[in-house]
Amino acid sequence: MFACHGLYDLAVIVSTAFGDNPTNIFAPVGTPAHSVFGLSMLVLWITGAIFVLVAGILLYVLVRYRSRAADGVTEQEPPQIYGSNQIELAWTVIPILIVVMLFLATARVIYTTEHAPKPADALDVTVIGHQFWWEYSYPALGVVTANELHVPVSDPKHMLPTYLTMSSADTDHSFWVPRLAGKTDVIPNRVNTMWIDPQETGLYLGQCAQYCGVQHAKMLIRVYVDTPAAFDAWVAHQRQPAVEDSRVAEGRAVFEHNACISCHTIRGTVATGRFGPDLTHVASRDTIASGAVPNTAANIRSFVDNPENFKPGALMPPMHLDSHDLDAVTAYLTTLK
Amino acid sequence: MATQTPVTEVLDLTVEKAPQRRWLEVLHDWVTTVDHKKIGLMYIGYALFFLVVAGFEALLMRVQLAVPNNHFVSPQVFNRLFTMHGTTMVFFVGMPILFGFGNYLIPLMIGARDMAFPRLNAFSFWISAFGGLLLYFSYFGGSGLYGAGSAPDVGWFAYAPLTAQVFSPGHSTDYWTLSLLLTGIGTIGTSLNIVATAICMRCPGMKMSRLPLLVWLYLVTSCMVFVAVSPLTAAQIMLMLDRYLGSHFFDTQAGGSAVLWMHFFWIFGHPEVYILILPAFAFANEIIPVFSRKAIFGYPAMVAASVGIGFISLSVWAHHMFAVGMGPGANTFFVLATMAVSVPTGIKIFNWLATLWGGKIRFTVSMMFAVGFLFQFLIAGLTGIMLSVAPFDWQLTGSYFVVAHFHYVLVGAILFMLFSAFYYWYPKMSGRMLSETMGKWHFWLFLIGFHLTFDFMHVPGLLGMPRRIYTYEADRGWMIWNMVVSSGAIFQTIATLLFVYNMVWSYFKGEVAGADPWDAWTLEWSTTSPPATYNFAKIPSVASRRPLWDLKHPEDPDSHYETTEKPGGEERP
Repeated sequence: MFACHGLYDLAVIVSTAFGDNPTNIFAPVGTPAHSVFGLSMLVLWITGAIFVLVAGILLYVLVRYRSRAADGVTEQEPPQIYGSNQIELAWTVIPILIVVMLFLATARVIYTTEHAPKPADALDVTVIGHQFWWEYSYPALGVVTANELHVPVSDPKHMLPTYLTMSSADTDHSFWVPRLAGKTDVIPNRVNTMWIDPQETGLYLGQCAQYCGVQHAKMLIRVYVDTPAAFDAWVAHQRQPAVEDSRVAEGRAVFEHNACISCHTIRGTVATGRFGPDLTHVASRDTIASGAVPNTAANIRSFVDNPENFKPGALMPPMHLDSHDLDAVTAYLTTLK
Repeated sequence: MATQTPVTEVLDLTVEKAPQRRWLEVLHDWVTTVDHKKIGLMYIGYALFFLVVAGFEALLMRVQLAVPNNHFVSPQVFNRLFTMHGTTMVFFVGMPILFGFGNYLIPLMIGARDMAFPRLNAFSFWISAFGGLLLYFSYFGGSGLYGAGSAPDVGWFAYAPLTAQVFSPGHSTDYWTLSLLLTGIGTIGTSLNIVATAICMRCPGMKMSRLPLLVWLYLVTSCMVFVAVSPLTAAQIMLMLDRYLGSHFFDTQAGGSAVLWMHFFWIFGHPEVYILILPAFAFANEIIPVFSRKAIFGYPAMVAASVGIGFISLSVWAHHMFAVGMGPGANTFFVLATMAVSVPTGIKIFNWLATLWGGKIRFTVSMMFAVGFLFQFLIAGLTGIMLSVAPFDWQLTGSYFVVAHFHYVLVGAILFMLFSAFYYWYPKMSGRMLSETMGKWHFWLFLIGFHLTFDFMHVPGLLGMPRRIYTYEADRGWMIWNMVVSSGAIFQTIATLLFVYNMVWSYFKGEVAGADPWDAWTLEWSTTSPPATYNFAKIPSVASRRPLWDLKHPEDPDSHYETTEKPGGEERP
C-alpha cells in the first residue's frame, strides 16, 4: 500500500518537475511510452530506496568511525575483523531477490510491448531513414511524404495503433519520439518494426537518436496526431497530384531543367528522383529541412540557394541559381500545397 | 618457516650516489629501459598527457553545447571532437594509466624484481604509445566524412556502415582502425605479462590466497583483456578488408550486416568497461583498508566477486543494443545477465562499507577521493540498473542520460580512484609526498565540478536530448541544464591543472616521504621510496596477506588467523 502510494507520488513529482517539455519521457501519451513510464517509476523507487539506505550507512560510518587523533599522533589500531559469512551471505541473497523481482517486471513489459497482437485495422507506415531526413509512406493509402508523420489518434475504447516498418537507405538512424514510445533503431539492410497509439491529438517532437553523419543533429522528427476526420482529410489531400498553377510555370521550368529532378519527386512532372524528399505537397508542411526551419518562402529560397545555410553537411548541393531563378523556383515550391 | 627472510632485511640502506648525467643519457636510459617501474611511469605520463588533450576536447564540446544553435565549432569539428575524446579516453588514457599503475605496483606487491617478461613489457608500451600518436597524426594526414574531416569522425564505437568507403572516404577512419589495432597488440602483451607475473613471480610464502587484492583484480582484468580485445582486433581487420579489399562483412549495400559490427564492438566494449573499473576497485581494496586501519572485510568474497564480475560481464554486451530490434527473447536474456552483474558489484560495495565500519578512518586526500569513489560508484551502479531495464533503456539509450551514467563510472568512480591512487602511491614513486593542502583544493574543486557536470547531465537525457548532436533546438527546454553542465567543466579544468601543478611542485619541494608514509601493510612499502632498480635487496618471504602488519604487530600477526583451511571468515577473539 505504502509502495503503491509512494509510486504514485513519485510519478506525479517526476512528471511535473520538467514542466511542459515537448520531449519529456515522463509525459507519455501512448501505450508503449506509458508502460515504460510505469516500469521506470518502479525502478526509480527501488534504486532510490537502495541509494538512501547505502548512502546513509556510508555517511554514518564516515562520521561515527572517523579518526579522532590529532595529526601525527599514533593511535592504537582498531580491532581487526576479517569477515563474517552470515552477513556476507545476507547481502548476497537480498540483492538476488531484488534482481529476480525487477527482472520479472521487466520481462513482462518487454513481451507486452514487443509481442503485442496487431489489430486488423492498424495503420501501416513505412519509415525510411536517410542522411538527414525521414521518408514516410503509407502503402495501403498511396501516400508518400517526408519529415512530418501524420497518424490518427487512438481511442482507448477502440485502439487504432500505427505500425511503423522501418529501414534505412544509408547509415544507422534511430526513431525516437519520447512521448510516444522508446527508440527503435533504423538500420540499413534490416527491417525493424514498432508501434505507437497516441491517445491525444497534437504535435509530438523527437529526433534521430543514432549518430548518422555530419548533420545528425538536425534530423528532427515531427509526428502530427490528428482526429480520424482530420487524418482522412489529410490523406485525401496528399493523394491529389501536385497543384498546377500557370502563374508559376517559369519556376516549374527552372525546377525541371535543373538537377532538382534527379533527387526529388513531384508527381505529375518529370521530377521522379528518390534520393531527396518527395515535394509533391511540400507547401502543406510546417517545416523544411527535416524540421530545421519553418516553411516560409524566405527559408525555402535560402535553402535552395545553399542548404548549408541551415544544415551544414546536408547532401543537397548548393544549386547555383541566379537571383531571378531562385525567386521563380521559390514561388513554384510555395504553391505546392 | 625458519628460512624466511624477515621483511626488514629487504631494505637496502646504502645510498645511491647518482652522478649528474647528460639529458641524452637520461633519455637513452628511458627509451631503452625494461625496468617495470620506469615503464609504468612512462605509461602514466603518456596517459596523463592524453588526459589533458582529451579533457580539452571535452571542454570545447561543452562550450559548443552551453547554448542552443551555437556556432562555436562546426558540426564537422564537433563530430571529430567526440570521436577523438571517446577513443582517446578509453584507449590512450584509461588503459595505459591503469596498466602503468599495474606495471609499477604488481612486482613490488608480490616481492618480485621485475615483470615476468621485461622486454615484452617495453615492446607493449611502445607499440601502444605509437598507436596513440598515429591516432593524433590523423589531424594532419586523414580526411573524414565526404572528405570533410581530418581526424576520425565516426564516433568511438564507429558503427557500420558509416565507416564504409562510401560514407567515410579519405583515411581518417583508417587511422582510427590502425591505431586501435596497434594499441590492442600492446594491451594483450601487457595483460599476458601481468598474468604470468602474478602467477609465476610471487615471493616465497605468497600463495594465491595471500595475494594482495590489487594483484588479484589485475589478474582478472588481464584475463578479460584476452577475451575482449581479440574480437575488437578481428573486427578492425574485417573493417579494413571491407574498406580496401572488397569484402562485405559490414557493407550493408552489398548484403553485409551493420548489426554484426555492433555485436563485435560491444563484446569488446562492455567487458572493456569492467577492464577499466576493476583496477579502480583494485586501488580501493588497498587504500580503503589502510586509511580505515582495518584489514579488508571478506577477502575471499572480494576475490570471488571480482572473478564473478569477470565472467558475467562477458555475457552482457547486447544491453547496448536493446533498441536494435533483437526481439523479446534476446532482450530478456541480456536484461537478466546485466542485472546479475549487480550482485557481485553490490558485494564489493558492502564489503568496503564493512571495512570502514569499526575502523579509525583517516581522511587524507587519498581517502577523500576514495570516499568520493564509493559514493559516486553507488550512484553509477544504480543508474546502471535503470539502464538494464530494457524498456526503460528504449527511452534512455543514446540519450544524455547514458552519457551521464558512463561518465559517472569513468570519472566519478575510475578517475576519482585514480586520483586517490596518485596521492597514495606518488610518495612511493617519487620519494616525496604530494601537498595535502593543494590536494584538498583539488578534491573539493573537482568534486563540485564533477557534480555540477554529471548530476545535471542526466536531466536533458530524460527530456529527450540525444547524444552526439553538435547543437540542439531552443524550444526543447534543454538549455538551462546544458549551461549548468558546461559550468561544471570549468571547475574540473581548474582542479586538474592544480593537480598537475601539485605533482610538479611536490616532486621538487614536497615533504620527503620515507619508505612507509601511510603506515601500510603491503610489500611495496617495505622498500625505499623510490625503490631501487632491483626493488628488493633480498627477496622477502611472507606468511600472511599483510606482511608489514605482521612485522609491526608481532604479538598479534595476521598469520595466526589465516589458515589454508579457512581463508578469512575467522573473527579475532
